[in-house]
Amino acid sequence: MILNLNINGKVRTVETDPERPLLDVLREDLDLTGTKYGCGEGQCRACTVLIDGRPVTSCRLPASSVGSKNIVTIEGLTQGDVLHPVQEAFLQEGAMQCGYCVPGMILTATGLLEKHPNPTEDQITEWMNGNLCRCCGYPKIIAAIRRAAEVRTSIR
Amino acid sequence: MRLTRDRDTCPEPERYELDEASRYRFDLSRRSFLGVTGAGLLIMASHEPAQAQTRNQRDTIAARLHIAKDGKITLMTSKVEVGQGSRTQLAQAAAEELRVPVDRIDLVMADTAQVPDDGGTAGSRTTPSTVPAVRKSAAAAREVLIKLAREQWSVEGLLKVEDGKITDTATGRTLSYADLAGLVDLPKSFEQNIPAEVKLCPVDQWTVLGTSPQKANARNIVTGSHRYPSDVVRPNMLYGKVLRAPSYGAVLTDVDLSAVQKLPGVTVVRDGNFAGCAAATSFGAQKALDALSSKASWKIVPHPSSKELFTYLKQKAATDESGPRKPRVRSKGSLQEGLAAAKQTVRASYEIAYIQHAPMEPRAAVAEWQAGQLTVWTGSQQPQRVRHDLADAFHLPEDRVRVIVPDTGGGFGGKHTGEVAVEAARLSKGAGRPVSLRWTREEEFTWAYFRPAGLIETQAGLAADGRLLAWDFTNFNSGASALESPYEIPHTHERFCYSEPPLREGSYRALAATANTFARESFMDELATAAKADALEYRLAHLKNERLRAVLQAAAERFDWQGARKRRLLGMGVGLACGTEKGSYTAACVEVAVDRERGAIKVLRMVEAFECGAIQNPANLRAQVEGCIIMTLGGTLSEEIQFENGRLLNGRFSKYPVPRFEDVPPIETVLINRLDLPSVGAGETPMIAVPPAVGNAVFDACAVRVRSMPIRGSALKS
Repeated sequence: MILNLNINGKVRTVETDPERPLLDVLREDLDLTGTKYGCGEGQCRACTVLIDGRPVTSCRLPASSVGSKNIVTIEGLTQGDVLHPVQEAFLQEGAMQCGYCVPGMILTATGLLEKHPNPTEDQITEWMNGNLCRCCGYPKIIAAIRRAAEVRTSIR
Repeated sequence: MRLTRDRDTCPEPERYELDEASRYRFDLSRRSFLGVTGAGLLIMASHEPAQAQTRNQRDTIAARLHIAKDGKITLMTSKVEVGQGSRTQLAQAAAEELRVPVDRIDLVMADTAQVPDDGGTAGSRTTPSTVPAVRKSAAAAREVLIKLAREQWSVEGLLKVEDGKITDTATGRTLSYADLAGLVDLPKSFEQNIPAEVKLCPVDQWTVLGTSPQKANARNIVTGSHRYPSDVVRPNMLYGKVLRAPSYGAVLTDVDLSAVQKLPGVTVVRDGNFAGCAAATSFGAQKALDALSSKASWKIVPHPSSKELFTYLKQKAATDESGPRKPRVRSKGSLQEGLAAAKQTVRASYEIAYIQHAPMEPRAAVAEWQAGQLTVWTGSQQPQRVRHDLADAFHLPEDRVRVIVPDTGGGFGGKHTGEVAVEAARLSKGAGRPVSLRWTREEEFTWAYFRPAGLIETQAGLAADGRLLAWDFTNFNSGASALESPYEIPHTHERFCYSEPPLREGSYRALAATANTFARESFMDELATAAKADALEYRLAHLKNERLRAVLQAAAERFDWQGARKRRLLGMGVGLACGTEKGSYTAACVEVAVDRERGAIKVLRMVEAFECGAIQNPANLRAQVEGCIIMTLGGTLSEEIQFENGRLLNGRFSKYPVPRFEDVPPIETVLINRLDLPSVGAGETPMIAVPPAVGNAVFDACAVRVRSMPIRGSALKS
């Protein structure tokens, strides 16, 4: 089946089995390897992408079900050489150990801040709780999200 | 054949999986093997062997450091970066001695064709062993550079080294490292042994060590451009899947390949107990594997269940003092005498469940054969061991095998072995193309090795005043790390007994120090209760070790131990514990709330004090300590592997709860910086005091002593 996917602002054409997960199409057909496999059951959210601005796990999502919606992966968050404020905040806070969960964390946090520009502690926990970090770097990730919220608010 | 292991990097080589034989050794005479590979791949083509590496090569500066004509400095090490911060810390070590900013240092890590053998990444050895080795070689390089500058200028006077430049203080003229690299053959000048006595920068003059530079590679991580082992792509690469046994110990008796062989674009390989498929996509490989799986027959063997685990471990324990797997015993005084003199004897036993490392990135490897030369990119903490396993499996000399470990998505002691590399290489050999094999989460749970389960039996004798006279402590199966009590007790008998573990076991962050410290510190609390003493005072009364006393007192002070004890409300409790392992010291104080009806335990807040000598990177140390605390809360409260009939019952994240954002309590860390003491590692020991501190707080809250890890909330239901 031929699919025309809107990924990071570009139409990407792939020929694929319609049942293949979006994660595999991104990684294996389009070489967008920033999106990670972690569990294959939507429990760790390392495979998070934004679909029309909303964080969605891609490990069990058939690529054919996305249609013409806008998909943003971690590679699409950077504008040229300029990092997205959430990426910049993760960098400044050193919010990573092995870093394998970081793309999913950053995209989920981006979705959170779109919806709640000044999130409460409970909102951060509620939105981020599905994302696992086995290095357990949660305190610094929370600090990075707070920093990103402050920066975004001060810009507006 | 066995590798000679470096004692430095293998704290318990005889105990952990490090001595496990390679899991695959392919039979080259098999018709099926030749049939799928084609003869060409078996010919040992003449080629330049990969740069052979031997132990003594790490003694030359050139084996460790390279300075290019553009001034770029490259440091080489077999250590890997799995999130613990070694890439940054080793760059700091070299930068300090070369007197350059840290971002001037690039690291080549864990590429067996390029790096000296520093051993694997284990046992918290990077800080106490590799950092000094790197500092010595960088300092030796600095001395060589100074000598070369002297020769260029023909001067005897004082030369100053600063910011990668050498200055003649008499004339003010300078030569940068890049200038020198252009004037003389630096690689040749570095072909000399590192002198035994080389002057290192004293700790009070550190400008790079002791600071927290941005983590190396951080920008690539936040942009998603860093390539983990699972992300490596080679031209013409296929994706692989391996046929797994339906239960532990099952043997593949027959598999019909014919249907799968007909699938277009699919390679299928059977070699002894190994079978797998490779295809253009992992989806295609999985479909082929499903088809293969339906044609496989297995001989199933009986296997014990986790319900009877601890009885089983004790039954199978080797307690015979003269047997081949005799217990490891340490004793002092006379246990019998001590117990006889005691006015009160207390006994308890503790159970520690199997748990799994579950790093975010499951095992992954990309294998590629070229003219009889095998290259594998994989996530492993032991690149040399993986190279050995590959050479062994394919009957190759080691210099025909190159292993490259890109910075990997977590290890925690769980990635010491090379099975995924061997499997990828076997599929690649069959396909005649590079193959990427990435284990699924379920494979990672099921087929990776586990942290050993253990049963610990303790007994103690107290004098009339409550003082400890006798101490008897036996660990069955889980290991001997931190087996020895740090308390002053006249009569002790401490023992570790091997057993016959039902699951494949191996290293895990902090090894058995977690189990032994849990049992000892829980038991110390029970003894304090029996002696009607305060938990803190009881420990201090038996403790002479100044460093351990210091962390215990620091944690108690920050936590306000006495105040917190007085303030606690119904259903709330406080607990503390301390411990030492691998030369560092830790103590934790915890406050919990307990709901016995619901069987719920919530950690309300925690203080941990930690001391590991002179701190080399404060931000990274704090991250390691916090990460250890939160990770170990999983093994404390929720993680336990359950199995029955040779199958895991909970080998996935939906059934095996690990710590999430909602589980993180407010944590205060007190990092004691002992600039007068050598630096030791900090990626493991900060775990060990947390579980008993939680257990002791639970007891304080509801008077129920839970003698197991995890501390199951269900045990509190009345």
